[in-house]
Amino acid sequence: MSSIKERAALVEKAAEKMNKGVSHPENLVKNAASRMELQKESPKLATLEEAIRRSGLKDGMTISFHHHFRGGDKVVNLVVAKLAEMGFKNLHLAASSLSDVHAPLIQHIENGVITKISTSGLRGELANRISRGLMEEPVVFRSHGGRGSAIAAGDLHIDVAFLGASSSDPLGNACGYSRSENAKSICGSLGYALPDAQYADKVVILTDDLVAYPNTPNSISERQVDYVVEVDSVGDSSKISSGAIRDSKNPRDILLAQKAAKVIINSGYFKDGFSIQTGTGGASLAAVKYIRQSMIDRGIKASFALGGITAHMVKLHEEGLIDRLIDVQSFDKVAAESLKNDIMHKEVSANEYASADEPGSAVHYLDIVILSALEVDTKFNVNVLVGSDGIIRGAIGGHPDTAADSALSIIVCPLLRGRIPCVVDEVTTLITPGSSVDVIVTEYGIAVNPRRPELAERLRQAGLDVTDINILKEKARSIIGDASPLPFGDKVVGVVMNRDGNVMDVIKNIND
Amino acid sequence: MERLRRTMMFVPGNNPGMMADAHIYGPDSIMLDLEDSVTMAEKDTARLLVYNALKSVDYGDTEMVVRINPLNTPYGKKDIEAVVKAGVDVIRMPKTETAEEVIEVEREIERVEKELGCVGRTKIMAAIESALGICNAYAIATASPRMMGIALGAEDYCANLKTQRTPDGDELRLARETIVVAARAAGIDALDTVYSNLNDMETFRKEVEFIHRLGFDGKSIINPRQIEVVNEVFAPTEKAIEKARTILAAIKEAEKKGSGVIAVNGKMVDRPVVIRAQRTIDLAIASGILKEEEVK
Repeated sequence: MSSIKERAALVEKAAEKMNKGVSHPENLVKNAASRMELQKESPKLATLEEAIRRSGLKDGMTISFHHHFRGGDKVVNLVVAKLAEMGFKNLHLAASSLSDVHAPLIQHIENGVITKISTSGLRGELANRISRGLMEEPVVFRSHGGRGSAIAAGDLHIDVAFLGASSSDPLGNACGYSRSENAKSICGSLGYALPDAQYADKVVILTDDLVAYPNTPNSISERQVDYVVEVDSVGDSSKISSGAIRDSKNPRDILLAQKAAKVIINSGYFKDGFSIQTGTGGASLAAVKYIRQSMIDRGIKASFALGGITAHMVKLHEEGLIDRLIDVQSFDKVAAESLKNDIMHKEVSANEYASADEPGSAVHYLDIVILSALEVDTKFNVNVLVGSDGIIRGAIGGHPDTAADSALSIIVCPLLRGRIPCVVDEVTTLITPGSSVDVIVTEYGIAVNPRRPELAERLRQAGLDVTDINILKEKARSIIGDASPLPFGDKVVGVVMNRDGNVMDVIKNIND
Repeated sequence: MERLRRTMMFVPGNNPGMMADAHIYGPDSIMLDLEDSVTMAEKDTARLLVYNALKSVDYGDTEMVVRINPLNTPYGKKDIEAVVKAGVDVIRMPKTETAEEVIEVEREIERVEKELGCVGRTKIMAAIESALGICNAYAIATASPRMMGIALGAEDYCANLKTQRTPDGDELRLARETIVVAARAAGIDALDTVYSNLNDMETFRKEVEFIHRLGFDGKSIINPRQIEVVNEVFAPTEKAIEKARTILAAIKEAEKKGSGVIAVNGKMVDRPVVIRAQRTIDLAIASGILKEEEVK
């Protein structure tokens, strides 16, 4: 015979030996509420102000944001306005990128709410003011892969991440899309928010569609989320980019696209199972159209397309020409919908996408990337961040990551933009080092990096107009002449980090 | 290699942006326009712009043509003087109706060329845009040794004919055939009119295929996007290239042996066949199907 009562003494002894207490389950009181009702009382649900307060955020700490809504983002302005109202000062704003829509940050910088910024890019009035010396501390610029690595390595420590999501349940299972009928927004992949969700001390999800548990399949797991805040809107999806596939009608874009496509087709990498990434510029998108035709004609299929995924890539995937889509950022609504509905369209984090030090990051297995540029120079260095007027006007994005790790990097760049030469002696700011750039395609000819003689030979054999980068530079100079030097000041307004975590270049302030 | 004129791209003479890089799209000829695309108020400015474009832009091997205003306007003579001085390859006369008009333009060109010491440098082509012009096509085509081609201008021609353009182009049939025949009889090039609906590339392609069958050397175009279509239509087939290579090889062989007449596959090969074969090879090279060193 052995009853619970009889064993009580032995239980006590065992507990003592294990240095534990004795459990009294008879004291448990079950909550009989329906679980649909119960989840509305989730301890994670909070107003924005409560979430900020409970997160333990203090002056001087680092807050982070993603930019998946691009020009339609509403989270950064909403949260920073609230932080200003609550009296926070001296915060470090670490966004995956910032754009025109973030001009309201200027007043928060002037008022000392934000005193440091880390980002991939800056545009519009905010960029203009920062270029002229608005901030005391220089802005730290990182590539998407570089940011992921810096967060993972602790170089960029995030105290509180504020991450917009198009749906979340009360526990924080969150997505860049919603499957409910109340869906207000869609941005697709949350790839750039995933390192923040994983490594930030506290994670606040802001959502404009609070759905019932369980919001699966989820991008961000409840395990990483501390607070869930319901807001009116996290972003205007129509401003991610235009939804429809439109073919560029600009003859110069078409010409550059045809040339880029010919480079790819004759590069030696255009064979069954190849992988590809393209940017979103008119020429990049148009190039996909010409590559598509060649894939059909030759019966070649790609194993995956990577990166910012566009409607063009989705179309090729749906036609069976691309096996899988690896998506760190959805560039339009078609791509976002595809990510939501197609199991072969996979969401990846910035680290899985482009981290230099993760053996499994996708860029390591990328054959071909087509990229754009503001400027290239005779050493094949590329600038995508600072305009030829010395004003910050772009974003590093995945440019240096994909250029460095792909087998073939192609930069598509007109020789001239109006009266601005784009092939120059030396780039205004060094973003992607020439050692990682293989081919530069301009309307006046194609330059191949001398490090890749075999590639130059293949393209020459195919009858492409391969020329010397110095000839292109001279051509631009002969048409436009020499520009006056830019009136830079002595203050450093930006620091460009290489993807390995070291400093590569600095940006000086520009005077009028 | 004889100059190919598959595409003659129209570029308004008052648009420096377009003039600066028109050649990068690879048209065989570029026609800078001082006539219909330029308003009266801008005639002088455009002339100055075109002069400077010809002087300063490196157009490479592209043939440079300027469409001048007619001599019976206050601009015609000034146009000729400016563009001949700038070293233009070809002057295109608009709305040409008689051989006398060509002779008049030739006289003006020669006057300027004498000043420069380069008599005979500038060629002439005439656009025929009226019923009278079509009736005089052969006389126009042979009016001067400088004549390099005649072209159809369909819009004015249709207005003159009291009809309008249709997708099938029935209304242009006589004019097109007349121009090709007159050009061939004169030993010069025949160029077809423009097709201006850029959103309908399919009808454009059909039209190019049609005029290619009629025997035209090329087509006037208004946008770089039309170049690829024309070049594709004018590109010789692989079979035609193979045949042309066989013929040219046989001719070479015969010349070595010193024999005059040859036969290929049992058929006699005479001069026109050889000329056609050479043109096929030229087109194949220009279309990127053959490389120049492959046919040496």
